[in-house]
Amino acid sequence: MLNKYRAVSEQSCVGCQLTFIYVFICNLGVRWARQLRRGAAKALGPAAASRRHGNPGRPRAWLAAEVPPAPFSRRWQEGVGRRGPRVGGDARQSAPRCGPQRWGGSRGGRRVRVRAARERASASPRPPQGRWVARGSQGPGPRGGGGGARAAAAGGGLGAPAMSQAERKGGAALEVKFVPDEAVLRHIADDAGIKVRKDKTPLTVNVKRFVKKLDTLSDDEAQEFLEEKDYVAALGICAQDLMENGSSVGGSEVYSFQTPKRSNKMAELASELAQTPGQSVASDHSECPEKITKTPQSSKHSSSNKVQQKSKKNDFMSTTPYRLRKRLAAPDAYLESESEYSASCSEEEDDEETQKEVITVLSSLKTPAKAKVASTPPSRKKVTKKKDKMSNLVEEYFEAHSTSKVLTSDRTLQKLRKRRLNQQTLHDLLEKSPLAYAAEIEELNQQYESLFSKWMLQLHLGFNIVLYGLGSKHDLLEKFRISMLQDTVHLVVNGYFPSITVRSILNSITEEVLDHIGTFRSPLDQLEFIIKRFKEDSSLELYVLIHNLDSQMLRGERSQQILAQLSSLPSVYLIASIDHINAPLMWDQAKQSLYNWLWYETTTFSPYVEETSYENSLLVQQSGSLALSSLTHVLRSLTLNARGIFRLLAQYQLENKDNPSYPGLSFQDFYQQCREAFLVNSDLTLRAQLTEFRDHKLIRTKRGADGVEYLLIPVDDSTLTDFLEKEDEDV
Amino acid sequence: AHLSPCSIFWYEDRPEGQKTQIEEDLNKQLFDNLVSFLRRSHSEFQEKTTEWNCQMKSREIPTAALVLGVNVTDHDLTFRSLSEVLQNRVTPYVALLQAKDCPGIKNLMQKLLGQLMNCYVDQNMYKICRKKSAMSLWSIITLYTCDSIFLFYYFETPSKKRTSSRHWQSPPVVVIFKDMESFTTKVLQDFIVISSQHIHELPLVLVFGIATSPMIIHGLLPHSVSSLLCIELFQSLSCKEHLSTIIDKVLLTTQFPLKLSEKVLQVLINIFLYHDFSVQNFIKGFQLCIVEHFYTQPLSVLCCHQEEVKKRINSLSHNQCENIRRLPSFRRYVENQPSEKQIALLTTDGFLKETVQQLLDDLNVYHENYFPVLRCLHVFTSSLPKYPLGKQIRELHCACLENRVWETEEYESFLQLARMLNKCDLVTMLQKCVEILVSSPGKEFDKTVEKLKEFLTQFQKLEGGCALSYVPLQIKLKLFYNGTNGYHFLWYILTLLELKESRRSKKLTKFEMLRFEVVDYIDSVVRNYLVPADHKTLHEIVYFNTASVLREHLNAAPRVALHTALNNPYCYLKSQALRSDGGSISNKAPDICIVYKLHLECGRLINLVDWLEAFSTVVTAVEGPNADAPSSDQVDDVIHARFIRAVSELELLGFIKPSKQKTDHVARLTWGGC
Repeated sequence: MLNKYRAVSEQSCVGCQLTFIYVFICNLGVRWARQLRRGAAKALGPAAASRRHGNPGRPRAWLAAEVPPAPFSRRWQEGVGRRGPRVGGDARQSAPRCGPQRWGGSRGGRRVRVRAARERASASPRPPQGRWVARGSQGPGPRGGGGGARAAAAGGGLGAPAMSQAERKGGAALEVKFVPDEAVLRHIADDAGIKVRKDKTPLTVNVKRFVKKLDTLSDDEAQEFLEEKDYVAALGICAQDLMENGSSVGGSEVYSFQTPKRSNKMAELASELAQTPGQSVASDHSECPEKITKTPQSSKHSSSNKVQQKSKKNDFMSTTPYRLRKRLAAPDAYLESESEYSASCSEEEDDEETQKEVITVLSSLKTPAKAKVASTPPSRKKVTKKKDKMSNLVEEYFEAHSTSKVLTSDRTLQKLRKRRLNQQTLHDLLEKSPLAYAAEIEELNQQYESLFSKWMLQLHLGFNIVLYGLGSKHDLLEKFRISMLQDTVHLVVNGYFPSITVRSILNSITEEVLDHIGTFRSPLDQLEFIIKRFKEDSSLELYVLIHNLDSQMLRGERSQQILAQLSSLPSVYLIASIDHINAPLMWDQAKQSLYNWLWYETTTFSPYVEETSYENSLLVQQSGSLALSSLTHVLRSLTLNARGIFRLLAQYQLENKDNPSYPGLSFQDFYQQCREAFLVNSDLTLRAQLTEFRDHKLIRTKRGADGVEYLLIPVDDSTLTDFLEKEDEDV
Repeated sequence: AHLSPCSIFWYEDRPEGQKTQIEEDLNKQLFDNLVSFLRRSHSEFQEKTTEWNCQMKSREIPTAALVLGVNVTDHDLTFRSLSEVLQNRVTPYVALLQAKDCPGIKNLMQKLLGQLMNCYVDQNMYKICRKKSAMSLWSIITLYTCDSIFLFYYFETPSKKRTSSRHWQSPPVVVIFKDMESFTTKVLQDFIVISSQHIHELPLVLVFGIATSPMIIHGLLPHSVSSLLCIELFQSLSCKEHLSTIIDKVLLTTQFPLKLSEKVLQVLINIFLYHDFSVQNFIKGFQLCIVEHFYTQPLSVLCCHQEEVKKRINSLSHNQCENIRRLPSFRRYVENQPSEKQIALLTTDGFLKETVQQLLDDLNVYHENYFPVLRCLHVFTSSLPKYPLGKQIRELHCACLENRVWETEEYESFLQLARMLNKCDLVTMLQKCVEILVSSPGKEFDKTVEKLKEFLTQFQKLEGGCALSYVPLQIKLKLFYNGTNGYHFLWYILTLLELKESRRSKKLTKFEMLRFEVVDYIDSVVRNYLVPADHKTLHEIVYFNTASVLREHLNAAPRVALHTALNNPYCYLKSQALRSDGGSISNKAPDICIVYKLHLECGRLINLVDWLEAFSTVVTAVEGPNADAPSSDQVDDVIHARFIRAVSELELLGFIKPSKQKTDHVARLTWGGC
């Protein structure tokens, strides 16, 4: 395990280093392509041309990974910038259109990279972040990469719109390309100007080092890959018959890092789902690549359906890239996409938005094809593909954590004019709606019920049973209890109950099972007592059923330790259910061996009726009955004056309930009012009274901007109204 | 037709019990070794007590550092038996301390006192009852000193001396720290410093249980404290060796009727190697295999010891006979019989029973022969460079079970390498093989043993013959590169050269001819006896081979299950409406799946209103256009309720949590999956 981890981290490091060359190459490549199209091919000469057509004859090649930009590209930019108006002309065209510039799409999102950049670009007079060219890998979203690219172009004073293309291209994240190094060197020598020429030597050195590193790396990784395969094969021997009906899912597919998302994607997916009744979403998506590659042409031909097309594509864009990248492993079908890409680029300048997105995808289409042309040795391809994925993840992680801004719409439930449902009406409403797929669920349940006798047997043989899978397992366990545990001593623990504690579980064992009266100093003592009793009396047997062993109250380390120790007793039989996705993390090796679990998958799909009824759901209106009763209880124990004081405050708060920016009643005003009502005679007495309120959490104070103390009752208005009514009755 | 499996199991429970019992005995044997080590160390310390003066001067506490390895779960048993043995043989004063019980020195002292006083409760109960209050008072008064212990010690020893003769004159007080790494540094330091001050009055011995490396003592304790300890290191058997012993003694014998198939064994070994290194868990897995086998295989009645088989076969019912006829391996067997015999087998129960008896005997004989030959083969393979068929015998076993081992490439390379063995090695290997075969219970080996002995005498005759030409060189080299990999490498090259040479000359020496003969003979033995078990008739009765069950119950993947259920409900709910080609969901999926699918499209925060609207769009579209009209801008109450339910279910499952960053937003807790 450890080894694997180390390997991964090494890998990502190298990935970062690789970055630099690649971006450089990538930028060059796209620039060339671009300028070729613009008829500027003569400026670059044969090098560019040969580069563009893959130049398959070259034996040595760079294996380079595309990622974000680096000082190289910056220098390159400057070099070009200085070189003259030919390129600059384009920049002037495009720069104003870009609008307000955002510096450096990455803003140092990656620490590793920043550091590396500093090392390399120490010659640069300005701090590296500021002058960073936008990174290519801003991911699928429209924000970010493009902005950065434009920023860089403008920052150099000149620059070309091609840059933005380059960066767009980078959007596909890590890729592998073979670039004949002679071509690049020649290009550097011929075209890049004095500044770049200076950098030539270190660059080549670097390149060689990287290549070397890569070789060793690929060996290691191939090894690792093999080992991993071995392991998977060994453990997954029976993956097929284990999930005879399902797809076995790899770890990274299940829950990986956060990826940046656009705000309106959910609606799009919804409409997509809604539009294709009965049809699967996946089949829709599998057609995406074709659709996308066609987009530029279709928009060229028919401007009438452009809008619709665009919106449609937008949602493909937003949802697919990640999937696409995976799917595009088999590149053959997209070999021609490259030419398509260049054609569309030359003509679709005006529809910038669309095109950029197209290119994002296209570049990802293109790469594998190119790699194929260059006739990669297959092992290396595999390795790099893997690295691809890995640093893709790393990219996405930093991407997601680089900005704290969240782009969601500002709509609230209040604007929806939707009354909040309370628990009772919710329950009633749900009763009315029929349970979907009841027959199938019933079938599933019957399947699990046939396991009951086996469970009993295994419980008696010293194993404990844990149930997992989607859907409430409450009814299943209840059935188990009814059918198997009728004549036995058993204890049912509703773990989802919000006030359950280990102590209460232990108490019910000592008091009700062992008939022991008396208290214990700590749960540990209590546990020791229980263990002793069970060891002394071998005729004692206890079945413990725990619904939701992973609930909020029981998931703590200490509680789990105690429960584990309890379950390790030979005459205590534990059968429990877990639901939370991270539930298995509760147990370390020691606890697991105490529990001695046998895992059973019981996916029931039945709704979690009981389990969620206690949850303080966001959408459910709280009845507030608990708050009200505690309020009256506390108030009843206070003096008449104190109650009067509280009443005053409550009334004032209710009077201001329509004022959304009501800060609370200021202490001075409150004192004045209390004095007028003959409730207090000095501000000290009032303060003493308020301290008492605060101790009982009846009021909350907060200091305003002007330093004045404001008093608030932290109870919602309806409860407060109820309370006042009740008080009136009492009086 | 199906027998009630439970009853069979209970019927079969006894052998199962025996098995676990023997496993425990095995463990005990290992632990005993370990404990005897310890005991010796303690006795050494004990000897030193006679010259206690020198210890007193230096104030060093004798300490045993017990390196146990990372398989923490196994330690419990080790320590339990250790303290048991110590109590039986060395001293009544043994205290076992765990880090989680001792957050402070106070708790540590309390635990220590409690355990020491419990030591002899049964012997002089009365005294203890009288003194208990006094002692606890003491412990309160002198919480931070060791006084109470040694006071108690001296108070009690005289009586002890009188009562017990099996202990030494002044038995030491042994304090065992089960998990030394998890103790707080301060507690340990305090305890050591305090007890070192009383070491001249109190023969205290510490035992540290260490999971990582002995260096941790110096990492945890400053020099001033660790210099108070006189540490001696003890290494326990590594968990891998432990496992090998268990496999050797339990799985590779004919003693136990139940056998594991290759896949099952592979899964168990992989769980061991990749997950926990815990022998306990391995045994647990093996127990599960036993339970599953006897529970699910109705014919497992016949999986019992040789003596009982006959009785049980005779008591087979007609249904059970039918079950036997249905076994694939039996069917294969029937098909190869002459037709009249086929009819008899399929119709007459009596004849079937006779045949089954015969077949089971065959199977038993096969096992009796299989294991010795396997061991012999292992003798050869384990000494060859690069271990062509695996270093451990379990790997070889798996290879043999998987398919015909002589058809594999590895076996080819094994033969090739074996043909290059030098005389010394070959002779020692043959001698080992003879030993193994002689000591085995198999009856068919007389001939083989004779043959091997003949080879050995022939080799002896060769002595001084032409074989000397290069053997001495190799021996010299062997001495030179003793046991290193370099040697292996060189050996390899040399033998290759030799091979080339001999090919060139095309003239085989006598030694070479004999060597070829030996290797060919071994090859024939292997082909004869190491047939994979699946080729044997009725192997289903004895072999447990549903590895998937094992994996499912021991190495479950709850997250994957959840993921599959949410993404592809059709896996579980076999409804045509849910069927989809791409393994993705359709819009008729259960609410929670739709809500889940929608939430995947969001970033860190999710707007509930958007979510609700998206959900209602999907749901109303499914329900048809007529439902669309009234709820064009207002969401239907029922849909609203369904949405609330689905969202709170997702919250329960841990996919989202309420967020206060923005009104009516929830935070997403998982990523990817789309």
